[in-house]
Amino acid sequence: MRRWAFQVAFLFAVVVVLLYLYENVTDNLRRLGITTDFRYLRQPAGFAIPDSDFRSSQTLFDAVLVGVQNTAKVSLLGILLASILGVVVGVARLSTNWLVRRAAAAYVETFRNIPVLIIILFWYLGVVLRLPPIGEAFEVLDLVVVSNRGLVVPWFDRVGAAGLFLVFVVLGVVAATVVGVWRRRRLERKGEPARVLLWSGGALLLALAVGYFAAGRPWVFETPERGELATSGGLRLSPEYAALLIGLTLYTASHIAEIVRGAILAVPRGQTEAANALGLSGFQRLRNVVLPQALRIAIPPVANQYLNLVKNSSLGVAISYYEVTKITRVSIAQAAPAVQAILLLMAAYLVFSLAIAAITNFANRRLALKGR
Amino acid sequence: MATRVDTLEPLPSPEPERPSARRLSPSEWARENLFGSKLDAVLTVAFALLLAWALYRVGRFVFADARWEVIDRNITNLMVARFPRDELWRIWAALFVLAASLGFGAGAAATSRRRDLEEGRAAPPGRTEVLRRAGPVVALVAVLLWFAGSLEATILTLGVAAVAAGAYLGGRRVRWRAARFAPIVLGGIVIAFLIVAAFGGVGWDNWGGLLLTLFLAVAGILISFPLGVLLALGRRSSLPAVRVVCVAYIELVRGVPLIALLFMGAFMIGFFLPPGVDRPSLVTRALIALVLFTAAYVAEIVRGGLQSVPRAQIEAAQALGLSPLRVTGLIVLPQALRNVIPGLVGQFISLYKDTSLVFIVGLTDLLGVAENITKQPDFLAQGLIVETLLFASVIYWTGSYWMSRESQRLERRLGLGER
Repeated sequence: MRRWAFQVAFLFAVVVVLLYLYENVTDNLRRLGITTDFRYLRQPAGFAIPDSDFRSSQTLFDAVLVGVQNTAKVSLLGILLASILGVVVGVARLSTNWLVRRAAAAYVETFRNIPVLIIILFWYLGVVLRLPPIGEAFEVLDLVVVSNRGLVVPWFDRVGAAGLFLVFVVLGVVAATVVGVWRRRRLERKGEPARVLLWSGGALLLALAVGYFAAGRPWVFETPERGELATSGGLRLSPEYAALLIGLTLYTASHIAEIVRGAILAVPRGQTEAANALGLSGFQRLRNVVLPQALRIAIPPVANQYLNLVKNSSLGVAISYYEVTKITRVSIAQAAPAVQAILLLMAAYLVFSLAIAAITNFANRRLALKGR
Repeated sequence: MATRVDTLEPLPSPEPERPSARRLSPSEWARENLFGSKLDAVLTVAFALLLAWALYRVGRFVFADARWEVIDRNITNLMVARFPRDELWRIWAALFVLAASLGFGAGAAATSRRRDLEEGRAAPPGRTEVLRRAGPVVALVAVLLWFAGSLEATILTLGVAAVAAGAYLGGRRVRWRAARFAPIVLGGIVIAFLIVAAFGGVGWDNWGGLLLTLFLAVAGILISFPLGVLLALGRRSSLPAVRVVCVAYIELVRGVPLIALLFMGAFMIGFFLPPGVDRPSLVTRALIALVLFTAAYVAEIVRGGLQSVPRAQIEAAQALGLSPLRVTGLIVLPQALRNVIPGLVGQFISLYKDTSLVFIVGLTDLLGVAENITKQPDFLAQGLIVETLLFASVIYWTGSYWMSRESQRLERRLGLGER
């Protein structure tokens, strides 16, 4: 009975506080003549977004969607790069080579102990913006053009209809899956090495190549051309994108490296010794025995780092990379109602967080060793 | 273990003697650690070249190319920003009080450690330990003083160090348990704060630079700690209503970036107040955002500690007839909080780094000053941001590296993760 009374009183108090705050907000907004609903999202944005097709006459809602896309763009590539770098550095920290070990430790200790905002600002203001202007841009192997206007990399340029090609992409994925299953079955029945990557990847590439020519070469691979004032062709990564990506990658990789190191140390020594006894080489031991077990241990904490990376991508606001936080900041400056805009921003990040948590939980369940 | 009846079982043989680690000669060491195989040799050479190049570039920048004048002339700005210059004595006085209380606390901690030593629970300190532990901080202070280039500041700093050392020796004379000196350190922090802010002092709205960074970090963790403990207890409560509310708060806050909360502080808090009430200053609002943010993370850390307390402890307390409040306050929390000290230090370190985000909402913390001074007329558009960011990151780096080192030591000393 007392438990019930307490809970009811507690909920009552929480609701009263929330209602009080809500009342205050609506009161204040009304008195200032600001809308209290989300209809402002249908109004034209009134600002343009660099490096996108977004026009200032489009609605604020569209602007937020572009922001979400940009957040996803920098987060996904950042997660990929940080994972690769993190695993490499984590392994390097346990190298038998003294110099490699110390270099990896120096990297980790440096980037773990500096605010990620400073790292991003440093790359943006101190490195990317100081690259030579386009007229004097340096080119790497005639493929990549590096200048203070960003990085231009070779990319596909669309010249024809792509519908047929997309069909072949789907066919290729299906074929790769079927081949993969077939190879794995064969491994189980006959003990033949599966080589899934080789076979499935081969099937996919074959389908893509056939589709490419069957559809009449819908894409052309284009290398950027450097002009006096601009580059033509290729894909341009803006300086803001490049700096944010590099900063997030370096910072997150230093954290992932520590997790990977801990996970490798958590693999029982007997496993390493057994691998040595079987005569595996150092690389084989790492690739086939230690890492598969270590990475399973590392999944939950690394998933946490992925979440942090997505949240840290909000620091794009400091260097004017137009991800969702920057869009919110700009729209508030353009007289969008702050309360609603910030609530929407938080909702966007909650969706990101839930999505990543769902994916990594799924991966964790699939990869966890059963029966322990 | 099975009961032993067989008296013929051989006596346990003495511990086999470990082969004593022979000191390797330099060439043997190099062969073992640098040139073990062909691949190793290639890696060694590649990394040696890479590191040499990096060191050369950084060294050349720091000692030759960098124009440090911007730091030289702004060192006071970087430390305290807009803090009125004729009130600076308050900060020095506060530093003396802090040195005394922290020194005393460290001394008392050393006493309890000496007892551990006598009873064989701790390893004796190495000869270079003090130097290694204090090294980074001493180096940082030296760099700051070099930039300040003022005799007065140097003398005052030496005075602060002397007071700390004296208090340390004094602290070693008391024979207290660890719990006793926590209030002394806390009291020292509070008195230091009052010296600066109260009695006709300068309110925190006018603080800036490193002072503001440290204030936000320390006040943030101190205020969010009780909140976090309450949230953690709420999350573990047997009452569903309390649990749901606490879980909702914790997960909501952990799902959004800090900058979103800081925006909330900057743009939204004013709307939450009843009409006619002035909204608090930007520093206060940023602090509120930091506290709301950190409380959720502290709650998760404390929850880990609560889960580490064996159930038997609670059952035993209940069997003794303690009320639920007393079970929590006297039995569970003291054991749980002891286990989460390293986690809390980690959270403090990340808060210390995260305070740099207040620069985005327009406060002049250390990073804010570092950015602003490159826009002074004398230094405008000369690309000095690299120098100032490097200077700021050295301060952040030293603090955070030093604290994480100390936290690892503490973890080892408390013997966490060994039970």
